[in-house]
Amino acid sequence: MQPADFTKQAPNIVVWALLLTMPFWLSHVGGYTELGSQVVVLGLAALGLNFLLGYTGVLSFGHAAYFGLGAYGAGMTLRYLLPSTGMGIIIGTLIGTIAGAIIGPLIIRLRGVYFAMVTIAFGQVFYFIAFRWSSVTGGDDGLTGWTRLPLHLGFTTIDIQNNPVAFYYFVLVMFAIAVGIMAWLLRSPFGRTLIAIRENERRSRFLGIPIDQHIWISWVISCAVVSLAGALFALLNNFVDPRALYWTQSGDFVIMAVLGGMRSFWGPLIGAAIYVVLRDYLSSMTENWESFIGLFFVLVVLFFPRGVLGIITRKVKS
Amino acid sequence: MTQLLFFNVFNGLIVGAFYALMALGLSLILNLSGVINFAHGGFLAIGGYLAYSLIPYIGFWGALVLAPVLTAFIGILVERVLIRRLYGRDPLYSLLLTFGLAFIIEDGTRFIWGAQSLPFQVPSWLVTPLSDDYFFLTGYRLFMVLVVGIAVAGLFFILNRTRLGIRIRAGTLDLETVSVLGVNVRLLRNMNFGLGIYLAGLAGVLAVGQLGLQPTIGASLIMPSFVAIIVGGLGSLPGTLLGGMLIGVASGITTVFFPSATEAVIYVMMAAVLLVRPRGLLGEEGRF
Repeated sequence: MQPADFTKQAPNIVVWALLLTMPFWLSHVGGYTELGSQVVVLGLAALGLNFLLGYTGVLSFGHAAYFGLGAYGAGMTLRYLLPSTGMGIIIGTLIGTIAGAIIGPLIIRLRGVYFAMVTIAFGQVFYFIAFRWSSVTGGDDGLTGWTRLPLHLGFTTIDIQNNPVAFYYFVLVMFAIAVGIMAWLLRSPFGRTLIAIRENERRSRFLGIPIDQHIWISWVISCAVVSLAGALFALLNNFVDPRALYWTQSGDFVIMAVLGGMRSFWGPLIGAAIYVVLRDYLSSMTENWESFIGLFFVLVVLFFPRGVLGIITRKVKS
Repeated sequence: MTQLLFFNVFNGLIVGAFYALMALGLSLILNLSGVINFAHGGFLAIGGYLAYSLIPYIGFWGALVLAPVLTAFIGILVERVLIRRLYGRDPLYSLLLTFGLAFIIEDGTRFIWGAQSLPFQVPSWLVTPLSDDYFFLTGYRLFMVLVVGIAVAGLFFILNRTRLGIRIRAGTLDLETVSVLGVNVRLLRNMNFGLGIYLAGLAGVLAVGQLGLQPTIGASLIMPSFVAIIVGGLGSLPGTLLGGMLIGVASGITTVFFPSATEAVIYVMMAAVLLVRPRGLLGEEGRF
């Protein structure tokens, strides 16, 4: 391996090494396996959002809707349809993706703050449906009466239901698939085109690139990844409630992406790790943790707008 | 049935007036500074709570005058210390900042005034129904509509007739030129922010008399205000006013026929508007 290749690959190697060994060291640093799964799931959501936010340069503030649809899709499949964790994930992801694909054409022509505002507002429809249609969704109390089930692969059965470590690795496999596809797409001509749109939309348009179409595809991919994360989130908690769809959840994803660094591939995952651990710690320490989270938002915006990885890469380059 | 419908349309008008009042403030800030103020709902709550605390000392009328002004001062301070730093940067950052502020304000009001709903006294002569048949036509409701009407008229008077308002409108169209002509743009944005927050504070004082006083009151009103702006058309204040009234009445009518869709209907309206006319009902073409 050439040294230059190595420095390029080093972050990937470090991230995967940490993720693969997480259940072994997490408890020694005061964590627990479910917290690790949470980091991976929310990190996946933040990475999915960043496909649109960081790489296409489109400001979506409503991704909680698709996260929540994925979660409800998975939960309701297991509750009402059939006892299969795999089908739950597939159906949940499909529902979120289809919803995104339908809403897409309404919003892709809008830009900047207007896009952000419309995406937030659209997210609320699903929140109110989940909230009001309580006979099916459980309303404010959330959807209960189901759990994730062991995986039957034919030759063997993996007990992701009762073994948190097995579930962690199951989540990690899903994460790897989605992240692998995104990384591959970003390296393809399509991904490069998205970056071109981010950098200079007008010039890209003059070059003959169908901008709206590209943004729509990027939006749908992003929604698909986020709804997969939502489905996994429901399975992780064995529970969904309307808060997964609420607009504050969208803000959480955006802050994760910004905190870690929007311009770097792994940034959102690191942001998710910091955010999840911080929230876990704060909510166990003080009743007013919301204020601290809010303060954290303010501080990140004022002092770390480039995010952790943005600062590190800047230091390394200089 | 007719009475029920009338009741709900009237109710919708009142709710719509709140949405419009809030959305007008949001619009002012958005148009001049490009900031979506997520904390707007929080400022509304501050207005309501301040009024609650002031009433024992200066009475309802004093609070109605003073609470929004105090709220506006808090807004001006927040703009000076925090929001000002983000002008000219990616709108993402001001979104996140005001988002964080919304959390802080909601939790802060909970910390100071408690999580439970507080009773809010309006003058008793305003509460009694004016007519037996139309029991819902209380003086307070008519009074609210009147105050909102005066506030909106005052706002348009300021925008059209005063130096500050003309500068705000000019800045909305071309801030750079306004700056070159010697207007202190920083101060202009600051005053404009205060004006927007004043409207939020006023909406707060009026809303708590109708909806009760709890820390989440702002969070529940902010989304419909967004919808009001989108339906009415970004960049158009009359559009925002129209949008607020429209969605208020629409959700009022929906309450009669399909109550569980009361909240969702406004988003359906928004989708329809975006489909037919992406810039909103009275929005200018090509602005966003």
